[in-house]
Amino acid sequence: MSVDKDTVNKIARLSRIAISDAEADKMVGELNGILAWVEQLAEVDCTGVEPMTAVIPNKLRLRDDVVTDGDVRDKVLANAPAKEGSFFGVPKVIE
Amino acid sequence: MTDFSRLGVAAIRDGVANGEFKAVEVAEALNARVAAAKALNAFIVETPEKAIEAAQAVDTDRAAGKPLGKMAGVPIGMKDLFCTEGVQTTAASHILEGFVPTYESTVSANLWKAGAGMLGKLNLDQFAMGSSNETSYFGNVISPWRRNDGGNAPLAPGGSSGGSSSAIAARLCPAATGTDTGGSIRQPAAFVGISGIKPTYGRCSRWGVVAFASSLDQAGPMARDVRDCAIMLEAMAGFDPKDSTSLDLPVPAWEAGLNSDLKGKRIGIPKEYRLDGIDEDIAKMWDNGIAWLKDAGAEIVDISLPHTKYALPAYYIIAPAEASSNLARYDGVRFGLRDLPEGAGLQDMYAATRAAGFGEEVRRRIMIGTYVLSAGFYDAYYTQAQKVRTLIARDFENAWASCDLILAPTAPSAAFGLGEKTSDPLSMYLNDVFAVPASLAGLPAMSVPGGLDKQGLPLGLQIIGKALDEQAVLNAGLAIEQRSGFTAEAGEWW
Repeated sequence: MSVDKDTVNKIARLSRIAISDAEADKMVGELNGILAWVEQLAEVDCTGVEPMTAVIPNKLRLRDDVVTDGDVRDKVLANAPAKEGSFFGVPKVIE
Repeated sequence: MTDFSRLGVAAIRDGVANGEFKAVEVAEALNARVAAAKALNAFIVETPEKAIEAAQAVDTDRAAGKPLGKMAGVPIGMKDLFCTEGVQTTAASHILEGFVPTYESTVSANLWKAGAGMLGKLNLDQFAMGSSNETSYFGNVISPWRRNDGGNAPLAPGGSSGGSSSAIAARLCPAATGTDTGGSIRQPAAFVGISGIKPTYGRCSRWGVVAFASSLDQAGPMARDVRDCAIMLEAMAGFDPKDSTSLDLPVPAWEAGLNSDLKGKRIGIPKEYRLDGIDEDIAKMWDNGIAWLKDAGAEIVDISLPHTKYALPAYYIIAPAEASSNLARYDGVRFGLRDLPEGAGLQDMYAATRAAGFGEEVRRRIMIGTYVLSAGFYDAYYTQAQKVRTLIARDFENAWASCDLILAPTAPSAAFGLGEKTSDPLSMYLNDVFAVPASLAGLPAMSVPGGLDKQGLPLGLQIIGKALDEQAVLNAGLAIEQRSGFTAEAGEWW
């Protein structure tokens, strides 16, 4: 499998990363180099092998079903690039 | 007068406890060394006042006869991937420049509770993605080491914990935190002739550590000897309900358990790590390591880890996949950089912010991760990689039938020069070939100095152990340390 410039642009869009035309061109070669290399995994016979889910057996714990919002609104907002009152500010969204 | 830069963790802790010197004297001496070593670019932020404050608290406690912690009076460097309350935390990225956490990571909090103090936040590869510390937004870290050819070519301190390795090797601090996703503690330790251990996945809490690849990320200590690593790991580790993959197990007394008598231990030598064209000096160091462990009473056995060659390609699917998901949080809304072009909408703001805030290698990995997780490719890439990961973990399981520990080189080369591998991402990735398998299997693994190569540069020996058996790993590391006679250090040119 290899990627072309359209695919690179699509991946960039899905990644929410703006890229220039020149960057897309450069990325085609780089991604294809890496993808060609990882493709050797296809030669491994994985019949009947389960994909790894946890490297160290560990029981998933349940926490108590209580509200844990922490009452830390101001701390959560402290690093916001643009806040309005007690909210995060974002550009106007009209769909 | 004591040269505090020559003292390790144990020596500082004991000297403070015995009243030979004050913690504040140590902090002042090391603050001065940090301030005088700007040429190494090991620190992103220096926090001399934090180091003094912690030291004063220790001196006050001692004067009052209060019990002292495991790291009391020891000033350390903190990799800038650990969130520190009130102190900028960037992951060496532009997107987090100016981010000042309102909370403290569990591991750093554990260290402060144990009496350690912070000299500053250490530089690293951006979001821990790199093997040479050349992807930091805040510039390359320079290794204190130089080749013996008389040239002054700046060398890579390894990565991603390159600020940590450089600072320790330059004796700016006796120890520092590292994190290891695919070798980021062990490879930099090897490059500068120090020790570092990545514990079993789940030993150290990931809470408050900027996430790269969550199923692989694990914190660990880096220091100049094995005992110091054991002490610091004890202070860092422990169950944390805030990390869902934290192991609910008591922290063993690793320092007290140190014992370099390896009678009854079987050391596996994996034939697949003896790559065609392996560097002659690396092969010789490995043979020396085998001889040292034999001398310590261990039995040497040949083993096979048949899926070794697939570890690196599997890693470069799994780690970017997890990174693409983890780094989705940097959107210019809640924290960090925002780039809002004139008249732009929300989607344009996301794309502009992320393009401006992430470095080239980070963007590359996010895009690879996005691709391998995208509809139509998920099974061929991601699911297949996770199946191969199962086989790699199974290789180790099978090996444990005939051995207790595995000995291998840490990296396939000594430190390379800055800029030598940056043009080809693949050649950089290949430097992690020996480190990644243990990461994929979640196993404890350590690098200790094994000698110098022809260029006069340090090489590292890696010990991989069974899950939760950090003690055996540390003990074998100690056995090597006692026999290798490694005392070389970088000349102080900075």
